[in-house]
Amino acid sequence: MTLGYIIYKLILVVVVFAITMVIAMYSTYAERKVAGFLQDRLGPNRAGPFGILQPVADAVKLFMKEETIPSVSNKTLFIIGPALSLLTACMTGVVIPWGKSITIFGESYPLQIADVNIGILYIFGVVSIGIYGIMIGGWASNNKYSLLGAVRASSQMISYEVAMGLSIIALIMTTGTLSVGEIAAQQNSWHWNVLIQPLGCLIFIVCAFAETNRAPFDLPECEQELVGGYHTEYSSMKMGFYLFAEYINMFISATVISTFYFGGYNMPFVADYVHNENLLTLLGVAFLFAKIFFGIFFFMWVRWTLPRFRYDQLMNLGWKVLIPLSILNIVLTGAWMMRHEILNVFIK
Amino acid sequence: MITTYLFYFLSFLAIMCALMVVFSKNPVHSVLYLVLTFFTIAGHYVLLNAQFLAAVHVIVYAGAIMVLFLFVIMLMNLNKDTEPHKKPWLKFSAAIASGLLLVVLVGSLKGAETIVPTNAFNPNIGLIENLGKTLFHDFLLPFEVSSILLLVAMVGAVMLGKKSIK
Repeated sequence: MTLGYIIYKLILVVVVFAITMVIAMYSTYAERKVAGFLQDRLGPNRAGPFGILQPVADAVKLFMKEETIPSVSNKTLFIIGPALSLLTACMTGVVIPWGKSITIFGESYPLQIADVNIGILYIFGVVSIGIYGIMIGGWASNNKYSLLGAVRASSQMISYEVAMGLSIIALIMTTGTLSVGEIAAQQNSWHWNVLIQPLGCLIFIVCAFAETNRAPFDLPECEQELVGGYHTEYSSMKMGFYLFAEYINMFISATVISTFYFGGYNMPFVADYVHNENLLTLLGVAFLFAKIFFGIFFFMWVRWTLPRFRYDQLMNLGWKVLIPLSILNIVLTGAWMMRHEILNVFIK
Repeated sequence: MITTYLFYFLSFLAIMCALMVVFSKNPVHSVLYLVLTFFTIAGHYVLLNAQFLAAVHVIVYAGAIMVLFLFVIMLMNLNKDTEPHKKPWLKFSAAIASGLLLVVLVGSLKGAETIVPTNAFNPNIGLIENLGKTLFHDFLLPFEVSSILLLVAMVGAVMLGKKSIK
């Protein structure tokens, strides 16, 4: 472990963090622009050309607002809640392979911060502790609506985590590894996992919507019933942290979906024409980000297309449809992998 | 060298958090300290090169079980007023019983130094490939039996949760 290695990893961490923040910032702008487009409106267009400075104006507004902490709340936990939300949202980017390695002066630098051999479980663990930020914040506000929003959020996330985990198990069966870097590397050119695991991919995407609390699963913050959900009592930048965490989660979900099922940084047929390794890596990164941006757009597109579920419908979908479907997916995958052995039994 | 310091730091944190679980007045604080304790224990697993165990520990204990605990405690809204007051003789007997348990623990730990591990410790046993092979080769029957146990528990929970059995 030389000094150069540590510096390179530090640079990578800072770059990934900065990109995550910028994308989350501009997701708020994109959300309103996409909403405007889908509803035949203009969207924000006052701050800067095409309203491009709108996120900056929003950030200034959130920082300048008066900060209120309810006197009946639990102050420490009230502050820890949003901080925890943002922290867990930022933690997943560590195991994502953002591209192949770049070779500079004969040294190769892989564009992945840490290739842990249990990367999938790491992502899953971070997702499962992401609930605490919402639960702690909702409870510490000492408000009925906040508590109800927090309880809704956590029960929804726990329910959909089960189906998500089961859909990932089928993916692990076909890839034979828990390392995210290896899964991305296996899908070279067009061998994307979505072609092998279409059902698992669909279940994973639906669960990702529920895990990020996005429409049509945004019951934790449904305004008509719960005022504002778990962040009713929050103001100024603490509120901003919760909103920011949601957008980061959306970005990370889009990244994980593209890495697991849509080939990650791999692009079909380009390797036949481009032979410069570094150029190929940079193209791969660009291609990954194109997939991610489409994923984020897909999240917003669905938000303005589907109405919100009722709570019992949400639970029925999670427990009675998605979990049996993902178990069926595991059985089918297993049967397909053992097809020669099964056929041998019947031929004899 | 750095692992030794990490070990002492994690152990200190684990013991502190475990004590805070007991000493916190607020049950929600107790649960949150228990979550921190689980994290420090997961850190110990990582130090032992058992990454799979650490990840599963965080997912299952911190991510699932403790969330349900927190869930129930938040909804019950435990306050000072609703807490039942124990009778003095009960407190007295509890103190004596736990004191006896302390004596037993000290007595058993005093002789623990002489135990020598019989087979050499494989530092890579905690990695997922080795763990999977061990589970499905050497311990296949206990592994499957414990999964049946979990299934039975699940069926039992569903039966208990049902309002009426038709």
